[in-house]
Amino acid sequence: MCTRALEVERVRKVFTRKEKLPKGERGFRKRFKKEEVVALKEIDLQVTKGEVFGVLGPNGSGKSTLIRLASTLLLPDSGALRIFGHDVEHDPFAVKRLINRVSVDAAFFKKFSPIENLMYAARLYGMPPSEARPKMQEIMKRLGLKESTFTQPMEHMSRGMQQKVAVARGFLTSPILLLLDEPTTGLDPHSKRDVQAFVREIRQTHDATVLLTTHDMEEADRLCDRIAIIDDGKIVALDTPEGLKALVPSQNGDKTTMEDVFITLTGHSFEDAEAEEVDA
Amino acid sequence: MRSRAVVREMRGAYAFVERNVNLIKRYWGWELVWLIYSLTNALAITYIGEGMGAISGQEIDTQYVVTYLLVGALIWQYLSVIFYAISEMIAWERWEGTIEYTFMAPVSRPTHLVGTTLFAIGYGIVRTLVILGIVAFFFKLDLSEANLFGAVLMLLAGSVSFVGLGIWAAVLPLLYPERGAQMTNAVAAILLLISGVYYPIETLPNWLQPIAKASPATYVIKGMRACLIEGQGARSLLPTIGLLIAIGFAVIVTGLVLFRYVESYAKRAGRLKRSG
Repeated sequence: MCTRALEVERVRKVFTRKEKLPKGERGFRKRFKKEEVVALKEIDLQVTKGEVFGVLGPNGSGKSTLIRLASTLLLPDSGALRIFGHDVEHDPFAVKRLINRVSVDAAFFKKFSPIENLMYAARLYGMPPSEARPKMQEIMKRLGLKESTFTQPMEHMSRGMQQKVAVARGFLTSPILLLLDEPTTGLDPHSKRDVQAFVREIRQTHDATVLLTTHDMEEADRLCDRIAIIDDGKIVALDTPEGLKALVPSQNGDKTTMEDVFITLTGHSFEDAEAEEVDA
Repeated sequence: MRSRAVVREMRGAYAFVERNVNLIKRYWGWELVWLIYSLTNALAITYIGEGMGAISGQEIDTQYVVTYLLVGALIWQYLSVIFYAISEMIAWERWEGTIEYTFMAPVSRPTHLVGTTLFAIGYGIVRTLVILGIVAFFFKLDLSEANLFGAVLMLLAGSVSFVGLGIWAAVLPLLYPERGAQMTNAVAAILLLISGVYYPIETLPNWLQPIAKASPATYVIKGMRACLIEGQGARSLLPTIGLLIAIGFAVIVTGLVLFRYVESYAKRAGRLKRSG
């Protein structure tokens, strides 16, 4: 099997937004103007098999676009993305069998229980119920969910508990490339640690590759082998956490943190990035 | 290897059957309201036939008019369930926010469709039988002359074309995240208007009649009346059944091509995103 889990080659993605023209500028035919937003500007990236690769960046920098492209949910305007050698645009089914994704918004059938939601996901991935049921229960227990919650409607669960079920759904199909789009945003510190420990464990036991976007600098520092810092659709730095910290001189004799690196390289504070995320 | 792939696809198709059954269980209150709405609708329309003599002051064959309207109401009820179940296969995912997860899964769109269709036909039959059972308390439905075998064939052939129309309508929620589901109501309303559900299409203005002849529902309903009221034999219905299957095949194939094109457009334009 290909040792490159993810190859991103000169990928560009532009979105077009339609905005209503101000009243004075509206004509009979022209009522909207089109505005182009460049989400990714011909980026190049390679993630090696078995790596935990972090992508840091302020909101709107292109992190989620990158994850959606790798998930086959978006198509690039130019360039190519390959997952274990399979082109995302031309061979999406081969890609879909290798990946799964956990995003910041835990999207579920809210009136279904975790078991019903996970069984739906398992069947979509062709897993037999006899294999899926014990596995989903094991993962949810491992993530700290109580057994009594397994059959309750998701709408009665807290945001943190829903996010843990979302994480369980991502791991259930044993993907060899796991796409984690801010999986711990909004979780309490205890839940955050549960999820982080599980990511480490899965990586060791399943030899999985992880692409992780996060706003949690400490999380990125602790979990990632390499980190790309992305800003305004471009990669502004890519190295190991230690390599990135070495780029930024220490201030007041304190050790350089990932937050110092982030602020220096993007010009955004960590709080800005989080605030933008909440606004979005 | 091939049989494993088939089993995987069957599991994928069953996921949609099970999901839709679970949705009915969880939203049973809505189901009840929707059932009452459909039932009262069928009753109200059939009572127009019952009261036709009193309205016109003339002697008319009330039994025939009642049966004519009731067959139209019940068949439309069944066909619209098929149409909505298929057209909402995307809309539900939009409402619940799960669309990206379903589209990311290794399930082909034909498999998605097979699962949704199996559910739709089963659900449509059960629901129509429930309504028929209740309506039977209100009206005497004379089916002594009916060709039930022919009616079943006609209904199945009609289901095929409504699956195709459902796929065409399912494109709307994919293209228009906020308004797409409501647009499918307009499609159903137009079909109801032009397909001779409650009146012969000859009643329509001349300019609308060619459009009525293009609607598969026109042939299903006409054929069902021929089977259930006139007891026409299956052999004489074969041309209509053949036509319905041909229309259904054409609508399904073009629907799948259209869906594939629109899915690709949605992925290029970023329209799968939950918030739209």
